[in-house]
Amino acid sequence: MKLRTRLLAVLAVLALVAAACSSTSDETTTTAGDTGTTAGSADELTVGVSWNNYNEERWAKSDEPAIKAALDAAGVKYISTDAGSSTEQQIADVENLITQGADALIILAQDGTAILPAVQSALDQGIPVIAYDRLIEDPGALYITFDNVEVGRMQARVIFDLVPEGNYVFIKGNQADANADFLRGGQQEVLQAAIDSGAIVNVGESYTDNWDPAVAQTNMEQFLTQNNNEVDAVVASNDGMAGGVVAALAAQGLDGIVPVSGQDGDGAALNRVALGTQSVSVWKDARELGKAAGEAAVALAQGTALGSVSGVVTFDSPGGNAMTSILLAPIPITQDNLNVVLDAGWIDAETLCQNVTAGSVAVCP
Amino acid sequence: MTDTTTKAPERVEEQGKRSLGALLRATEIDTRLLGMVVALLVIWVGFHVLSGGTFLTARNLWNLSVQTSAVAIMATGMVLVIVSRNIDLSVGSMLAVVGMTMALLQAEILPDLLGFDHWAIWVISLAVGLVLGALIGGFQGFIVAYVGVPSFIVTLGGLLVWRGVAWAMASGRTIAPMDATFQLLGGGSRGSIGETWSWIVGGVAVVAIVVLLTNRRRQRNKYGFRLRPMWAEVGLGAVACLAVLGAVWVINSYPMPARLAQQYAEERGIVWPEGGLIIPLGIAVPVMLGLVVALVMTFIATRRSFGRYVFAIGGNPEAAELGGIKTRWTVVKTFALMGVLVALAAAVQTARLNAAVSGLGQLSELYVIAAAVIGGTSLAGGVGTIAGAVLGALVMQSLQSGMVLMGIDAPLQDIVVGVVLVVAVAIDSFYRRRST
Repeated sequence: MKLRTRLLAVLAVLALVAAACSSTSDETTTTAGDTGTTAGSADELTVGVSWNNYNEERWAKSDEPAIKAALDAAGVKYISTDAGSSTEQQIADVENLITQGADALIILAQDGTAILPAVQSALDQGIPVIAYDRLIEDPGALYITFDNVEVGRMQARVIFDLVPEGNYVFIKGNQADANADFLRGGQQEVLQAAIDSGAIVNVGESYTDNWDPAVAQTNMEQFLTQNNNEVDAVVASNDGMAGGVVAALAAQGLDGIVPVSGQDGDGAALNRVALGTQSVSVWKDARELGKAAGEAAVALAQGTALGSVSGVVTFDSPGGNAMTSILLAPIPITQDNLNVVLDAGWIDAETLCQNVTAGSVAVCP
Repeated sequence: MTDTTTKAPERVEEQGKRSLGALLRATEIDTRLLGMVVALLVIWVGFHVLSGGTFLTARNLWNLSVQTSAVAIMATGMVLVIVSRNIDLSVGSMLAVVGMTMALLQAEILPDLLGFDHWAIWVISLAVGLVLGALIGGFQGFIVAYVGVPSFIVTLGGLLVWRGVAWAMASGRTIAPMDATFQLLGGGSRGSIGETWSWIVGGVAVVAIVVLLTNRRRQRNKYGFRLRPMWAEVGLGAVACLAVLGAVWVINSYPMPARLAQQYAEERGIVWPEGGLIIPLGIAVPVMLGLVVALVMTFIATRRSFGRYVFAIGGNPEAAELGGIKTRWTVVKTFALMGVLVALAAAVQTARLNAAVSGLGQLSELYVIAAAVIGGTSLAGGVGTIAGAVLGALVMQSLQSGMVLMGIDAPLQDIVVGVVLVVAVAIDSFYRRRST
């Protein structure tokens, strides 16, 4: 008896969850349906976007408006679905978008492997697919992302220009994240010659669990202790960890003296660049990514062949596929070009210039 | 305590064999704690040799003390939670929420209201953080005690909820910088109490040890309890005092880094002497905070009725309930206390990093629980000591810091820490079974 009531309760909960899920997807499909009523007509093209998790601020704020703008400019309809971080939901979403008459798909994959059958089915129906920001291991898809190896190269280049010889520390990202190694690979490319000649000595290198700034700080403290503060430059792979590194350097009075790299264009990091305690933050403008994907989707929907889309290169993926890709170049932000992030409206002058001595950098008068 | 020894009704080990066992029995030292201290020393000496002589330097030990403080502060609370047969998996996420709240207050909200660099900013931020910690902890405790949801589930939910809340509070942005005074809580370049005060703290500790030992002996004598032999009493006191003074001496041997000393001299108009200026930093503020927390928590756990109730509940919940203890309310209080300690740790962490990020404190629930368990807290409830948990935290941090010094990378570090956790508990339960 008791078992049965419990079973009923579980079923009730499941029913509720199912209802909630279907109602959310209903919402997205109805709104999509509204815009897509004419999608079937031959004169108008439609591009479907499958988000993996629209709750993350970035997609709504930067990526979606950029994609929409690119589609609007070409007079192409925009329809979208949100998988709410569910792999299964996303597979259903892709089928849904195809049913609604999408002529091209942009997919931000929740899981680049699990989505493969859905992608294959779309390609079989002659619908081109764009793997947006995250790799989908299918050579039939167009992969659009920022070039993470290039980010690593940019970080190393700025630091190498400042410190052509000396002791280097490398603060890498999470070991489970392939990007951590892409970044480190790019850094190594730039510094290899100097390391081989002995001009640069690697005196400390460590992965950082979860890209956690506090872990980066502790590791940096240990590297400083081990080398008796004889560290001349730090190549940190992102801005959060750069913050931890700068805190560790500050405890030794070395902040602003030892160059530190980063990436993401975090508000706090750009402020550090203005203050001079961080040398570079490599900035990936999500709006550029959205624009590129939107334009490529239009071209593909109009029947352009994969290899003929403007700006494509071949990228050898970790899974051994030669992916047709558009790899956008990020922008290294240093004290000399802080106006770029300011002019783009990425950050406001107050945040950027907090505690900065007036006049020490051009953007903080 | 002059003529006391002869009046003692039972005097043991007076002329006993001075074997190790007899020594331990006479001094009444907790063998488990002693074992941990020995293990810690072995780890330290091992790393010292393997790292080419950098581990046992004043600078590294000073670093180690600061790096351990946040986890140690939380571990003292986790002992009581685990002793009461509960668990708190949400401490890492709670740390992020409270840290984010304190950071937002001092970096964005209060400066607009009070003006930049106002003296009250750090006080208000910290106070709000402590209250918020108590509320979140108390709320989870309430669900555990009065609604009857197992603490594992409640705090597993909390782990997800509070992490999400921390992210939503600032949409994943990094909040920085912290208030100048607040930053002292994290140690950092100015966050130490200085040489003189460190010696004063050491002196006070020595006096306290002597007073406590004397007092206890007088009390025991008064009620006719067994007394330690005089040599054991004096020896124990001497060892404790020497350990305290030795620790202060080591900490005081770490001077201010040259560049900071230079700034310090410039600010005060001191002429920079030949060969530099040696200014000992002294005990770091977060370490002082950790020591005070450990003492207060030991007092609460062993000398206050609340602490005794917690152990009674852990030993036998039904008996405690029948014995008239308000078990539910006591459980709520342990969780609220845990929340306050998490808030303190959050203050230390954000101050130390000089920033708050939504990922703050990730995995720290596991380190805190591991510290308590390595320190001899039984997951079955009813058994555990504050000092053990602090030592456990120190063991964990020693392993991690030491492996970084040796150039061992993160994946292998995780493997070693995981193995040590299991082995430590295995040894512990082996000896516990043998001794009973």
